[in-house]
Amino acid sequence: MSVLWIAVIAASAVSFAQKWLGYQTPPELLERPRIARITTLLPIALLGALVAVQAATSGTEIVLDARLAGLGVAVALLCARAPFLVVVIGAAAAAAALRALGWS
Amino acid sequence: MNDASPSLAEPGTDGEGRLRAIRRTGFSIGLATGLYGISFGALATASGLDLWQAMVLSAVMFTGGSQFAFIGVVGGGGSAVGAALASVLLGVRNTLYGLILAPSLPRGGARGLVRAHLTIDESAALAASGTTVAQKRAGFWSAGVWVYVFWNLFSLVGALAGQYVADPAAWGLDAAAAAAFLALLWPRLRSLETAAIAVAAAFVALVTTPSLPPGLPVLAAALVAVVAGVLPARWRPAGPAAGASAAAGSRADGDDGAGPVMEHDDEQEDR
Repeated sequence: MSVLWIAVIAASAVSFAQKWLGYQTPPELLERPRIARITTLLPIALLGALVAVQAATSGTEIVLDARLAGLGVAVALLCARAPFLVVVIGAAAAAAALRALGWS
Repeated sequence: MNDASPSLAEPGTDGEGRLRAIRRTGFSIGLATGLYGISFGALATASGLDLWQAMVLSAVMFTGGSQFAFIGVVGGGGSAVGAALASVLLGVRNTLYGLILAPSLPRGGARGLVRAHLTIDESAALAASGTTVAQKRAGFWSAGVWVYVFWNLFSLVGALAGQYVADPAAWGLDAAAAAAFLALLWPRLRSLETAAIAVAAAFVALVTTPSLPPGLPVLAAALVAVVAGVLPARWRPAGPAAGASAAAGSRADGDDGAGPVMEHDDEQEDR
């Protein structure tokens, strides 16, 4: 078995262990007021970060391109209370159209 | 857990229609994210992995960021050990997702293992947008299962078709992913406190991007929530009852997904 295969299998096993581990936190710990408050706020921070990373970074660089225009369209559609799928497709279409026109 | 609180939601918000809408969203997320599997499969084989190695990563590692990190290191001429370490570093945030999801998803048994395996950005995000336990579960399972199905299917397509398949970015799928995360966040931005946390987290993620390995800026941004959570109530922007009143307000609005689940956040105990 090659080194690469061992790395693939070991990293995959660790990946599962990481996911599993989070669920093993004792419920009593999660019920403590301060911890409960943090776990309530965490998804908001993580989503905010995921939006920024997905829209404006590439590797370790800040990259401003057609994705931002797509995000702008998404904001407009969300303000107009458009359904989820319309928001996502609208953003993709805006970015794809700009790229087809040659703007990164 | 205090699972009783979600029942304060208006009657009907947890109805079958609402759950169906969440499952539809899960399917959309699964398809959009899954299409990215094409670029993973294509890049994996281009980086020197064989078809089976690429598929083991998609089926068993199953967390996009870590998979791209793994093949990025291998493709860049790095060692297999370096590739494994990079992927493990990126996988740390999945532990955090499990911690957030633990109160609302079943523990133990076969379902417990499957649930752990399906814990990724998308399933955690859709689960977090639900206001009741039923909504969180519907969001988690639909996004998790559909991403898994499409991600593996399209990884295979990418690995087989390689350079013949188009770049997903040309279809705007990278913008679609950003829009999907924003749409899940959107209902929570109504309270000043949560909007401030989201903006601060986005800022931290961008500022740390040039100096941290990919994936870690998201974890750095998670610290914003930790700091906001431990701040004494009087320092919080909207006053002592900010969290509770914001949650109550959103609950009155019905299905906007803004209400934090755990409402036994007794401010007095903090002191």
